[in-house]
Amino acid sequence: MNHDAYPDNYIRGILNSVKSIAMVGASPQNVRPSYFAFKYLAQRGYDMIPINPGHVGKDLLGKPFVASLSDIGRPIDMIDIFRNSSHIMPVVEEALTLDPLPKVIWMQLGARDDAAAAKAESVGIKVVMNRCPKIEYGRLSSEISWMGVNSRTLSSKRAPAPTQGMRLSLNRMSVGGGDTAASDRAAKNKTEQS
Amino acid sequence: MSDRLPGFSTLAVHAGAQPDPTTGARATPIYQTTSFVFNDADHAASLFGLQAFGNIYTRIGNPTNAVLEERVAALEGGTAALAVASGHAAQVVILQQLLQPGDEFIAARKLYGGSINQFTHAFKSFGWNVVWADPDDISSFERAVTPRTKAIFIESIANPAGSITDIEAISTVARKAGVPLIVDNTLASPYLIRPIDHGADIVVHSLTKFLGGHGNSLGGIIVDAGTFDWSTGGKYPMLSEPRPEYHGIRLQETFGNFAFAIACRVLGLRDLGPALSPFNAFMILTGIETLPLRMQKHCDNAKAVAEFLAGHPAVASVSYAGLASDKYNQLARKYAPKGAGAVFTFSLKGGYDAGVNLVSKLQLFSHLANVGDTRSLVIHPASTTHSQLDDAAKVKSGAGPDVVRLSIGIEDKEDLIADLEQALSA
Repeated sequence: MNHDAYPDNYIRGILNSVKSIAMVGASPQNVRPSYFAFKYLAQRGYDMIPINPGHVGKDLLGKPFVASLSDIGRPIDMIDIFRNSSHIMPVVEEALTLDPLPKVIWMQLGARDDAAAAKAESVGIKVVMNRCPKIEYGRLSSEISWMGVNSRTLSSKRAPAPTQGMRLSLNRMSVGGGDTAASDRAAKNKTEQS
Repeated sequence: MSDRLPGFSTLAVHAGAQPDPTTGARATPIYQTTSFVFNDADHAASLFGLQAFGNIYTRIGNPTNAVLEERVAALEGGTAALAVASGHAAQVVILQQLLQPGDEFIAARKLYGGSINQFTHAFKSFGWNVVWADPDDISSFERAVTPRTKAIFIESIANPAGSITDIEAISTVARKAGVPLIVDNTLASPYLIRPIDHGADIVVHSLTKFLGGHGNSLGGIIVDAGTFDWSTGGKYPMLSEPRPEYHGIRLQETFGNFAFAIACRVLGLRDLGPALSPFNAFMILTGIETLPLRMQKHCDNAKAVAEFLAGHPAVASVSYAGLASDKYNQLARKYAPKGAGAVFTFSLKGGYDAGVNLVSKLQLFSHLANVGDTRSLVIHPASTTHSQLDDAAKVKSGAGPDVVRLSIGIEDKEDLIADLEQALSA
């Protein structure tokens, strides 16, 4: 997989197929990006599991915090990692000890570890880096268009008005896939420089 | 679901719009409302805290305006956009995110006269200091860079003479200086030039001109290219630092490659207030649907008129980059191969008096201070749009006393030429 620019179908396939998402680094602070994403994905019907050893015994929007991936105790479809690039590898290594393996490992906006990605991909796990599943879900459903964001999708179909807990259709026509060319190039240049 | 890229005309008609979820209306409805009900208290809190996508109040966002924003972002190849009340408002909102009092920005000397005034006087009173550079001398931009420089501002096709700016060369200077390049793409429209493809980080438009295209609605828009890394060195605290306005959110961290557009919305538009009327957004959207058709006709007509003027004995010179003899023709071929725009200047051998006489004799051309209308327009910049500049600055910006500016419309070119011919010989 080329991790500089993902085809929309790759992202769409992941978001359409996963049901449970363990979020590593989920924060109870309501101004942190992980809180935003956790809440949004829960509202869109995903089975969310917050992972944060510092908050065990408490819950996040009604879901009890779990100390680590190994402590979840049931199969999970996707791991969403809210940690800096330098803390990705140990999380991926722990994920690779799970049985069954997760289907997807997703690293948040700003997080990228190509070696960890290669390790996960070598055992058949799909990897997404430097993206936010909330933004991608909002983009492919065009819900993010409320914010003037270029969803890079088109549709001539009438969509239902979204309500609480409703899964939205992500099957709109893509216009080019991945990010816009210019922002892709900028992200690639940044990766090459670092 | 194939990932193929539709053409420009398809995007001009479809991007951002889909049938209304409630009524099925196919044209984008005018959501003429100030505010939007919340589902419940939690939904309200989520929207105010930027945690959920949705509508609160039309000064922050509106569904009609959002269609316009996504459409222009798609046409320009940006990640997101924000529509505001005018091009001037867009410029205030952009620089508010980038500059603190005492900071500097470099601007090309060849700009719309209103921008020169805004930068020189209004922005100076905010402590935002403009440093002028010459778009015909790229090294003048390099020399103008200081540790306080926060942005570079140019026009792709520059008012009033329709000169073409070497966007790539100036973007190289901006990258080296570690500052974003802002390109005013009003006179080109994305149909002729897409500045992001040439290194622009932010694109700004007066929607009032070719995008709206019918001379009936004011508007401005800011497009985020998603290319600039705002996080380095705390140079852009509106984007990189925790914002007290939102309980400590860091916008770049939260919104990634469209953080600048979000900053413009939630820190700029929200707090400064220059919201675009949804009715204007609707009018401009309708205009954009025919942008490719109109823009090509504007350019074809402009070239024919420029060629006619260049061969007329009463005309001293014509500045139109679409003419093979023009000093900007090479740049026009590179940046605007479909046409060099429809705004240009010429000067008359009879000087100022001949210009005044010409304007008074024209029957089809309207004498007014606008460009980018379906109708052909004429103005004498030295006494109007550029009148607040001193004489030297007028000449430097291409608006000397003998200069007449035309904005060529989409009428039949034979009629435009006949009108000019009768006025020049009268």
